[in-house]
Amino acid sequence: MLDLMKTIDWSPLFISLKTGILATVLTFFLGIGAARLIMKLNNTAKSIVDGILTLPLVLPPTVAGFFLLLIFSLRRPFGKFLFEEFNIKMVQTWPGCVIAAFVIAFPLMYRNARAAFEQVDVDMIHAGRTLGLSERKIFWKIIVPIAAPGLASGTVLAFARAIGEYGATAMLAGNILGKTRTVSVAIASEVAAGNWDKAGFWVFVIVILSFFIVAVINYISGKNMKHVNRWI
Amino acid sequence: MALQVNIRKKFSGFELNVEFETEAGCMGILGASGCGKSMTLKCVAGIETPDQGRIVLNGKVLFDSEKGINLPARERRTGYLFQNYALFPTMTVEENLSIVLPGKKRDKLPLVAEQLRRFQLEGLEKRYPSQLSGGQQQRVALARMLLYKPDIIMLDEPFSALDGFLKDTLQMEMLELIRDYSGDVLMVSHSRDEIYKFCDHMMLLSEGKTILKGCTKDIFRRPERMEAAKLTGCKNISSIEKISDYELYACEWKIKLKTEEKIGDSVRYVGIRGHNLIPVQERSEENVMGIELAGFADTPFQRQYLFQNTDDKTSSKIWWVQDKMDFEEGMHQNIPSFIRFPKEDLLLLL
Repeated sequence: MLDLMKTIDWSPLFISLKTGILATVLTFFLGIGAARLIMKLNNTAKSIVDGILTLPLVLPPTVAGFFLLLIFSLRRPFGKFLFEEFNIKMVQTWPGCVIAAFVIAFPLMYRNARAAFEQVDVDMIHAGRTLGLSERKIFWKIIVPIAAPGLASGTVLAFARAIGEYGATAMLAGNILGKTRTVSVAIASEVAAGNWDKAGFWVFVIVILSFFIVAVINYISGKNMKHVNRWI
Repeated sequence: MALQVNIRKKFSGFELNVEFETEAGCMGILGASGCGKSMTLKCVAGIETPDQGRIVLNGKVLFDSEKGINLPARERRTGYLFQNYALFPTMTVEENLSIVLPGKKRDKLPLVAEQLRRFQLEGLEKRYPSQLSGGQQQRVALARMLLYKPDIIMLDEPFSALDGFLKDTLQMEMLELIRDYSGDVLMVSHSRDEIYKFCDHMMLLSEGKTILKGCTKDIFRRPERMEAAKLTGCKNISSIEKISDYELYACEWKIKLKTEEKIGDSVRYVGIRGHNLIPVQERSEENVMGIELAGFADTPFQRQYLFQNTDDKTSSKIWWVQDKMDFEEGMHQNIPSFIRFPKEDLLLLL
């Protein structure tokens, strides 16, 4: 066991954590923003935009990876433009990991946020308005706290999804040890190389990590919502 | 200075079309559920937008479809007490109040504390709305609304969420609290008792239309219209055929009745309140009907009887309401055989 520990390169764990955290932060704000914007649309526009935003959740991640490559490949206009003008490269780089994880995790946050906002009693918003509060204040001080449990569960799910992302990440960011090899990519390549003990080690790490984070967030959000009457 | 409202709004199968002006003091809107009462208040508050019309509050135009004016709710300064009070559930009582004040928290706290004292909410500062009783929630909502210093306050079925025992005490308290308020008060309710208690002036709303407006006491005394009579609690209403200027035939009751008032040509109904009927022992006087008991209901302080005209069993039934004080226990076995419709209490209705 100790021998195994000595041979482990820990970089996939840190890359996974960094990727998961950054992708979750992005998805948190953009998911809430998208949910807020979509509620202002009419019904037809709503179902179309909702469909597009939800697609990454139902399609295989490799499809997302394919589209991401289409957009960011250096042989493509947008990827080329980004690289030449801003020296930004997504393919085979760590930002590519973040983008891939973000795209896959985003629908979970967005859908949870939207469901949580839609459950807020509309009289709360009306009351805020008749009391002279600005829309911004109503959103951040009234709606977001009421929707907090839904936002928290969206965040947890998005993080869990982001940290475990494999398909789109492997396609866009590749598998470069110390750069883009995340834990899930490491598991796949260790198995492919026949290193079952190393693969098993990474499986153990990711199970413990995911469980720990989900449990912590559940505990914190449960504590916050004690005084609000809810089902169970 | 007052509130002037003249608005129309179409819904599928329903059109709201109200026009009124508040007098100083409390004005009430009485109507059955779904008649557009709350919708009217929401249009004034800016929560709903009418299709056309004009709303002016103390000279300030809140809405004018012709001029394209539609102030957002935030800028209208209209206080709205929601039916369910709409307290913010994730904020304490103190926070619910202080959020409506501008400025720094330090400067707001003394004002909030003062307001909580006025509304007898001391000691509840740190509680959340779910930890308060219905009456306390209502006081918090009222305190919050008045702290914002609105130009008018609107009460949407303020007592419908409270149980009967609390209601009377809370109504008294609320009368006290809104007495200090200098602006107009607009209240909607489906309860005639509440409107009668609170409002000097009132308007009757039926299926989205204003059917009558005026001084509350006058409207209860002389409802003038059939819908108004129903809304003010008149249980017995019959369509009529005019016989002469002072005599009519009540088609559903199957009886000829003499009236004190001259019957105008537009009169189409006659009504009488349940407690105005007088039991008599013989048919010697005019406006007397032979009756038998058809139904019976007891409330704590009243008895309600349903009578059937013995002369014609196809007639519709007639309610008679008596306070229990008026007769001895066991009296209900001794049902009168005749009942008189006093001339002076007959309501001639359009």
